[in-house]
Amino acid sequence: MFKIVRKEVLNPSVKLMEIEAPFVARKAEPGQFIIFRIDEEGERIPLTIADFDRKKGTVTIIFQEVGKSTRMLGQMKVGDVILDFVGPLGVASHLENYKKVAVIGGGLGTAIAYPQAKKLHSLGAEVDSIIGFRSKDLIILEEEMKQASTRLFVATDDGSNGNKGFVTDILKRLVEEGNSYDLVIAIGPLIMMKFVSLLTKQYGIKTLVSMNPVMVDGTGMCGGCRVTVGGKTKFACVDGPDFDGHEVDFDEAMRRQNMYKKEEKKSEEKHACRLVSQEQKAYGGEGNA
Amino acid sequence: MPNMSLNKQKMPEQDPNIRNKNFLEVALGYTEEMAREEAQRCLQCKNKPCVAGCPVNVQIPEFIKLVAEGRFEEAYGKIRETNSLPGVCGRVCPQETQCEQLCVRAKKGESVAIGRLERYVADWYMANRKNKVESVEAKNKKVAVVGSGPAGLTCAGDLAKLGYDVTIFEAFHVPGGVLMYGIPEFRLPKSLVQKEIDTVKELGVKIMTNMVIGKVFSLDELIEEGYEAIFIGSGAGLPSFMGIPGENLNGVYSANEFLTRINLMKAYKFPDCDTPVKIGKNVAVVGGGNVAMDAARCAKRLGAENVYIVYRRSEAEMPARLEEVHHAREEGIIFKLLTNPTRIEGTEDGWVKGIECSEMVLGEPDSSGRRRPVPKEGSEHVVDVDTVVIAIGQSPNPLIKSTTPGLETQKWGGIIVEEETGATSKAAVYAGGDAVTGAATVILAMGAGKKAAAAIDKYLSSDNIKV
Repeated sequence: MFKIVRKEVLNPSVKLMEIEAPFVARKAEPGQFIIFRIDEEGERIPLTIADFDRKKGTVTIIFQEVGKSTRMLGQMKVGDVILDFVGPLGVASHLENYKKVAVIGGGLGTAIAYPQAKKLHSLGAEVDSIIGFRSKDLIILEEEMKQASTRLFVATDDGSNGNKGFVTDILKRLVEEGNSYDLVIAIGPLIMMKFVSLLTKQYGIKTLVSMNPVMVDGTGMCGGCRVTVGGKTKFACVDGPDFDGHEVDFDEAMRRQNMYKKEEKKSEEKHACRLVSQEQKAYGGEGNA
Repeated sequence: MPNMSLNKQKMPEQDPNIRNKNFLEVALGYTEEMAREEAQRCLQCKNKPCVAGCPVNVQIPEFIKLVAEGRFEEAYGKIRETNSLPGVCGRVCPQETQCEQLCVRAKKGESVAIGRLERYVADWYMANRKNKVESVEAKNKKVAVVGSGPAGLTCAGDLAKLGYDVTIFEAFHVPGGVLMYGIPEFRLPKSLVQKEIDTVKELGVKIMTNMVIGKVFSLDELIEEGYEAIFIGSGAGLPSFMGIPGENLNGVYSANEFLTRINLMKAYKFPDCDTPVKIGKNVAVVGGGNVAMDAARCAKRLGAENVYIVYRRSEAEMPARLEEVHHAREEGIIFKLLTNPTRIEGTEDGWVKGIECSEMVLGEPDSSGRRRPVPKEGSEHVVDVDTVVIAIGQSPNPLIKSTTPGLETQKWGGIIVEEETGATSKAAVYAGGDAVTGAATVILAMGAGKKAAAAIDKYLSSDNIKV
């Protein structure tokens, strides 16, 4: 059982939780992930580690409520416990020996880019962070990213923060202004990582992306997280989750991500219906839904 | 007077056309009357050929005699002397190639139904057990066991019986390994596996779930934590794919993933349980082993209309147990033998729509001694399917190897051990089961766990003398 010791609402659908998991905290490194399972009927859901505190024995996760499990997690409170929490899984990012790095986070991906920027910054690299969101009210971790970066650029798709554009626009501008990066880290929606990788390929800048495909065990056993990298099949859980962005087959990854779309919807509908019935019970209604 | 019937007592089973729609156990088990009747078929041979066929040396004639006399609790005690998991073995061991193959009664007629009797005794005990734990003198020596499948549970159980302080580290959220994630409910009920695990815990074994060794602790760190010996029973958890075009299409599963979703995550209860699995109307399962049979029978139970076993050799070469092939046939699985997949075809949006196969003929024997299948020219044809399950084998998971300097492995990943003891190239580290052999049987893994437990005891005892 793993206790929730801190909870913050970062934007209407993104929440932060600090979880007591001393064994995971002991070994966690940026780039690695955990798998959680809420209860006996729950699915195993992978989430990248956003932060960790070895002294306190805690691991921080930041998640968007996109399906039944993350929605249920979002409803939990400080003091509640999660049934299963396993990690650290995957290979830690190799961040040593870089002089100047651009760290790009798209939406929720910012939460995963944050520990990377923090580590690079602490290793003495010059870090230009670029984070992008659909609109101003969805911006997360701006202050944290500012502290982990030499310079921070925040863009919104709709321009509601006064800086309209995509992360790729900013990266392009920075490169064309003469900034020479020896590494670009891009973490966010597959489509964003695809376009960042296409851009950096033109400039010949090494680019790492973080893949988060469907998986079950997270230890190499199921093979559900297959990603084609450089024409070869890799397992994101044990070979990744970081891969060379210039080699990843993003189109295949996007297709595979949709494998359970119908089922996810069904599961959520059932969950919503159970919630309604619980609420009705709580208010003394006819809870037969 | 022994019962001289040439045939085994028939095993009561669910009707094939009913059971292929549910996940309840197929074989229902003997009644007391049937068990005692069957037990009387044992001739109580002096030289006990059957025992030599058992990887854990169950004292077969002795326990069967106790069954014949109706002394079931003592019969259970007799089996447990050498076998930690009798309820599991009675169900999934390939008795026909082990103990029963060597039974004298098999020379004329059928062997004694040793497996079915073992199962009866275990089930009787689970239903009638009294909670009693014999206390053993504690040795104050800690041993770590990696993995809680058949090898790990056996090794842990044996060491606990000797007084060691044993902790099992399990990567998944429940213990049991392949008994939980691999073998389906209808062949091995999970509640039974849980009860067997509980009997191991009653011996004092601690089980820590959600602990991925190689990540959370390396083997060297376990030794630093005070564990004086380690047994690795981490299984064969790395699925093999065929390397043919189309394997990453949506709707292609490894058997590991397909079975884990269904057995461990209970996808057959979706959406009451949250983990889904895609079945579709037509399913091809590639492979001819027990895992392939399990996957095919699961697909049928989950509503597939046509389920094909696609296997490149003929039935004679199939590695699956006869009983499993027979059960699969009865349930309506279609066997496409001497058929080899060459390509998986997809729709425009990336879903499986068919599997292209070649017909094969058997040529000269290959290195495995089986006749090598060769493709028949121009025989390519496409079978329309929505789901493909690849069940062509697994190799050991590299997680431990890659984090343990000094642990020698075969090129294909199997940990190299000394046959008789399970000792690895690293001091104080032992290994057994599928992590050493690659995918094999539950009972062989248990046998290896047993040998290693004895060797660990010897190693730690001699250590004691030095001090």
